[in-house]
Amino acid sequence: MVTDQALRGLDNLELRPAQGRPEPGRIARKALAAAWPKVLAIALVLLVWELVTLTGYRKYVLKGPGPVLSDLWQQMQHEALWATIGWTLRSAVTGYAIALIIGSVIGLLVARVPPLRAAVGSIITGLQTMPSVAWAPFAIILFGEDNSAILFVVILGAAPSIANGLINGVDYTPPLLLRAGQTMGLRGFALYRYLILPASLPAYVAGMKQGWAFAWRSLMAAELFIAIIGQVSIGQQLDVDQQNLDFAGASSVIIVILVIGIVVDTVFTKADLALRRRRGLLDPAAAT
Amino acid sequence: MRVSNEQVTPPANSPGASALSQADSAGAIPPAGAGRIAEEAVRLSDVSKAYRTGRTELLALDNVSLAVKDGEFVCIIGASGCGKSTLLNLVAGLDQPTSGQVDTSRRTVGLMFQEPALFPWLTASRNVELALRARGVPRAARRAQTEELLETVRLGGFGSKRPHELSGGMRQRVAMARALAQNADVLLMDEPFGALDAMTRDLLHDELERICTERTLTVLFVTHNVREAARLGDRVILLSSRPGRVIEEYALPRTGHRRIDSREVSEVAARLTDRLREEMGRHGH
Repeated sequence: MVTDQALRGLDNLELRPAQGRPEPGRIARKALAAAWPKVLAIALVLLVWELVTLTGYRKYVLKGPGPVLSDLWQQMQHEALWATIGWTLRSAVTGYAIALIIGSVIGLLVARVPPLRAAVGSIITGLQTMPSVAWAPFAIILFGEDNSAILFVVILGAAPSIANGLINGVDYTPPLLLRAGQTMGLRGFALYRYLILPASLPAYVAGMKQGWAFAWRSLMAAELFIAIIGQVSIGQQLDVDQQNLDFAGASSVIIVILVIGIVVDTVFTKADLALRRRRGLLDPAAAT
Repeated sequence: MRVSNEQVTPPANSPGASALSQADSAGAIPPAGAGRIAEEAVRLSDVSKAYRTGRTELLALDNVSLAVKDGEFVCIIGASGCGKSTLLNLVAGLDQPTSGQVDTSRRTVGLMFQEPALFPWLTASRNVELALRARGVPRAARRAQTEELLETVRLGGFGSKRPHELSGGMRQRVAMARALAQNADVLLMDEPFGALDAMTRDLLHDELERICTERTLTVLFVTHNVREAARLGDRVILLSSRPGRVIEEYALPRTGHRRIDSREVSEVAARLTDRLREEMGRHGH
């Protein structure tokens, strides 16, 4: 058939040529290309830091990158630092997981039930803008200086962002897709399972990413505020270093907080990128 | 839309023809699947649809009566504001008429839009499969049926591609496979090729025609491309604008394959264009 042939030809012409196997060394080169701006940025920070130290500014407390990094290196040899990080990460994961469940359930309910949205919708946004440190004293009154108090602050920090992400996702489900789904006969639960939730996923992941940022901040604030006897957390370590005027120690802790925050954020960014790539929401030229 | 289920016997004179028809009575038009007893697949009786926006009421459709026989390919053409999309929504059951009746006698109705409206998170196969799943086709049968439907729209082998990896024409064909997966007897098409280039559109006309004949589909095809209407329709219905009324019907009996660049199609298209311009002129002052 002539039409058939022509159609197949046109299809092949219109498709982007298949990408061949990446040539050897391409991955390494890509990694290098991605890495050098970051290395440069770190080098610049260290340089400025070193220069400030060299000026003698606050020379009795301020230490240069050399002593600080060697202090961090020293600490990394000891189990105490890892135990501290482990404890804090456990709180972070637990708090975030609970926030994820609570935020998702509330988000879905608010998105589905109009009266609930009228009642709770603006409260969620209000909670989101509230600095979570403000909850710490409240949490201590409620739970005492206990891990529950810390988790409470983390959950209140993260859950509103997660809920809001899901609500936005449901709200911005394209009406055309909804029409297509309805014509197909998707109703009730199936409509959510196969259309609205998958369509909401990018906004939901964005909410989870923001939720993590808030969770991590809230956790640091809470740990600085709430001292649990016999348990050293990153926040408490920072508090101890402050009392000892230990600049190198405090700087080490700051570096640890920063690195953990960045690493987890990178995971979310990667997930978001993969999601958008699958859906064709990335400019193919920019993606490579 | 199942307003009334009793089968209406075709009247001697089609209700659509009662307006200003140049066509013979619609009942005289031989349907595509000749030899079968032609029953009405879609019937609109005195359908009006008004939208209220604030204080003003906009009459989108005014007393539209229209009957489409099984296997018939009816094109609806009109300038902006003729209520074409409203009409399709009513037949699809996505909306209710303000007055009048829409009857599809328990036929399954599939709807296609100008945009493919595929789910971007699913591959081409999964998009088609979801329509089968929504219909309750068991898992075991779904895969084979999906494969077959993609083959029908000449997209065998492209099932693993995601919508954004396909061209506009290919996406529209996946959408067609998805509509067919709903096991639709009646296919409602809302300017489905409006966003495609002329070359692709021309090929898809051939494909659509082939698929409709193979599956004896009834098609209600909305377009504002007069050539497209003249190329595809067994019947072309012209709607006036604001409010939408049937002002004219043209029966275009099929005498074999029509080419879009044929004299036959050009002449009909010219006639349609003249009539449309006349209609648009009414709104010119």
